[in-house]
Amino acid sequence: MGLLSKKDAALITDPLADNNPITIQVLGICSALAITAQLKASIVMAISVLFVMGVGNVVISAIRNIIPSKIRIIVQLTVVAALVIIVDQVLKAFAYELSKELSVFVGLIITNCIIMGRFEAFALGNGLWRSFLDGIGNALGYGVILIIVGFFRELLGSGTLLGIPVLGDPIAKTGLYSIGYENNGFMLLSPMALIVVGIIIWVQRTRNKALIED
Amino acid sequence: MEHVELFFKSIFIDNMVFATFLGMCSYLAVSKKVSTAVGLGAAVIFVLAITVPLNWLLDQYILQPGALTWLGPEFAEYDLSFLSFIMFIATIATMVQLVEIVVEKFSPSLYNSLGIFLPLIAVNCAILGGSLFMQSREIASLGLALNYGISSGIGWFLAILAIAAIREKIRYSSVPAPLRGLGITFIITGLMAIGFMSFGGMLTGGDEVAKKEDTTVKVEEKIELSEEEKVLADNLNKVSE
Repeated sequence: MGLLSKKDAALITDPLADNNPITIQVLGICSALAITAQLKASIVMAISVLFVMGVGNVVISAIRNIIPSKIRIIVQLTVVAALVIIVDQVLKAFAYELSKELSVFVGLIITNCIIMGRFEAFALGNGLWRSFLDGIGNALGYGVILIIVGFFRELLGSGTLLGIPVLGDPIAKTGLYSIGYENNGFMLLSPMALIVVGIIIWVQRTRNKALIED
Repeated sequence: MEHVELFFKSIFIDNMVFATFLGMCSYLAVSKKVSTAVGLGAAVIFVLAITVPLNWLLDQYILQPGALTWLGPEFAEYDLSFLSFIMFIATIATMVQLVEIVVEKFSPSLYNSLGIFLPLIAVNCAILGGSLFMQSREIASLGLALNYGISSGIGWFLAILAIAAIREKIRYSSVPAPLRGLGITFIITGLMAIGFMSFGGMLTGGDEVAKKEDTTVKVEEKIELSEEEKVLADNLNKVSE
């Protein structure tokens, strides 16, 4: 990290663990839960948010001195909506099946509170480079949780990762299935996303006692 | 009957919080006390009831492929649906601002109870989600859109009311320290969502009938198209001769 000063590096590493947008700041939960039944969808969502946050933070930071504070919410929403339209059109052009699967949740990146939260809390008061790092850092922290949840739900729910069977064939009874293992179809249903995130929070707070709430 | 079905479907089966996880952020942040939860829930119903029908009109007369035909036949080819996100969010943001001003002017008591929540709502995913689902589920008429807005708002209201009541009570039980607060709220919501899944079987009969009707209509359309094509082909042949 010779490129970044210590303070700048912290902007990227903090949101990955101790200041994670999902488990600590409680931002951006909606999309994190709804699309994590498969690892592939989680990764695409994480990349989309990374793009929107990185570029959005820079744009807002660049025009922060021009925006009248009364209408700043509308300005921010317009910037995000424009970026999300780009993401949506790219997905429709290059990954049509996946964009059908993500359905309205690509659009809901607009109201993803991580994005608005970081605009308000950081980009409005900081320079271009630091805002960019903050955006990337928070999007990565969001992406990490998404990928962990997607990984466990797909592995335990359908025995595959990115669509490739890793535990053997459930019909021919090879691999793990030969000793009586069964897929837990319950993991694919939406309520399990909540419970998996709950367990991640549990593990994280057991490791770091300072985060425990009263 | 259509209205009753949509009403119950949006409240219980497609409940915004438990089935599609919309508006989770404010659901988790504002559910510590029942009284504030009621305020936010009421504000969500109110705003959904206004923005969903409004966005339905926008979608029907501006955004859909061919929606601009009312301007003249030369506009029939236009497809502005890629603008939906920006149009919907602009409508929502301005409506929220407008509602805030109107409510403040005409009903100060309502403003005092809803006021602080209204600006929060512009960025609540439940509101934008309501409009986007209205678009993707192709709701047929303005009345149904209004119904959908109100009933999905009621579903959200029920969810936040229930979790707030549970969180008030759970203070008296001994939850493991690392799970306290956010963690246990997630897990309880998960369990509630499993409970709400049991409503899924409530309206399946109606769905099957509707699906059958859909397919027959499609077949008829295809036949008509092919007849038109024949006529066109005949004309072409005549011209070439």
